[in-house]
Amino acid sequence: MRRDLAHLSDEALVTLVARSDESALGELYDRYSRIAFGLARRIVRDETLAEDALQEGFMSIWRSAGQFIPERAKASTWLLTLVHRRAVDLVRREDRRRAEPLDFVVESHVEAADDVAWLRLERQRVQGALRKLPDQQREAIELAYYGGFTQSELAERLGEPLGTIKSRMFAGLGRLRELLAEPVLDDTPSWTTKHPTT
Amino acid sequence: MDNEAPHDLTAAYALDALDPAEERAYEAHLAQCELCRAELAELRETVASLAYGVDTPEPPARLRSRILAQAGAEQTNVVPMPRRWTAPAAVAFAAAAAAVAIGLGIWASSLSDRLDHAEVTQQQSERVADILATEGTVSTNLDGRGKLIVTPSGEGALVLNRLEPPAPGHVYEAWVSEGGKPRPAGLFKPGRKVTAFPLTIPVPTGAAVMVTEEKAGGTDLPTSVPLFLVRT
Repeated sequence: MRRDLAHLSDEALVTLVARSDESALGELYDRYSRIAFGLARRIVRDETLAEDALQEGFMSIWRSAGQFIPERAKASTWLLTLVHRRAVDLVRREDRRRAEPLDFVVESHVEAADDVAWLRLERQRVQGALRKLPDQQREAIELAYYGGFTQSELAERLGEPLGTIKSRMFAGLGRLRELLAEPVLDDTPSWTTKHPTT
Repeated sequence: MDNEAPHDLTAAYALDALDPAEERAYEAHLAQCELCRAELAELRETVASLAYGVDTPEPPARLRSRILAQAGAEQTNVVPMPRRWTAPAAVAFAAAAAAVAIGLGIWASSLSDRLDHAEVTQQQSERVADILATEGTVSTNLDGRGKLIVTPSGEGALVLNRLEPPAPGHVYEAWVSEGGKPRPAGLFKPGRKVTAFPLTIPVPTGAAVMVTEEKAGGTDLPTSVPLFLVRT
């Protein structure tokens, strides 16, 4: 029987997953597979590998849900951390890393569903914040997070001392946090005035 | 590694931008530094929002059923015996620190430095770390209280959270049971935070692993109700 889990919080779902509840895992998948798949695809740059990363990521969720501690992190953060980790592991193993900057894809069609609209809004917000970072900080963060490069690889690649790379990552994340906390005023198309229910 | 304090690795760690040696060093530091744990938790939230900066195509429909099928296949019959386990909701923060690190996705990368070395030797910790790092290990969740990890060649380790000490003059004894015949798989005492213990005999497919409390020195056959029993 398919239970309706839609009313449960992400954190409650993780608690159910820790008790080996497969339908709760399915519900988490339905909530986060798009964003997780997009992230994995951005890192591994290959559809099939992205599927593997997503599968491994969700199996990490399945196996380690018992260790999730809600006081320390949002469930979505925990989940995306696991998927990111698996994608980075995979891309390092395959050595498929690419250094192109984050592409700003213009979607060819408008999808109407609220969740898709919300993801578009979030994407604009995050990309807008990234654009406002000093170039060197943005570069370090993007190459590390989306490119899967280690700090030592970045230092070598950019010809900078390791300490400089560390500082850029640290300062960049701090600034990014401030930028993301700002209310969205510009760059927001009119259709987003309809507030999606999430 | 240079000699700098690992504090300044928090951002790189949050971005998954450390190599394995740096990661181990940082995790060892993390277990003891409340400041870094708090900072990491905050940076993780910011880092996770970067995930929303990418294009979000629909994954292929078959992937959902693939994942749920694999999850179903890993269902194991865990029989919890909660007598000696403290309630997870009531744990002190310090006691949970190692588990936090595990929960944040560094589970398989390195664990040896997070372990309490008082009762489990350095050598045993390293053995567990090796088992965790082995490609293709299967990990069975012990109902949120820990894990049984088995490598493809059958080497096994138990990693347990927040295990209470046994009664005075007693130890915990691990068993690998096949066809209803338990064989001793080593003695251990719990660490303060996480107990990680390499089993002394292989875990064949289909075997059960259990832990009982026994008199110091151990026994040849279990004499008490298992704290838990997990089937592979």
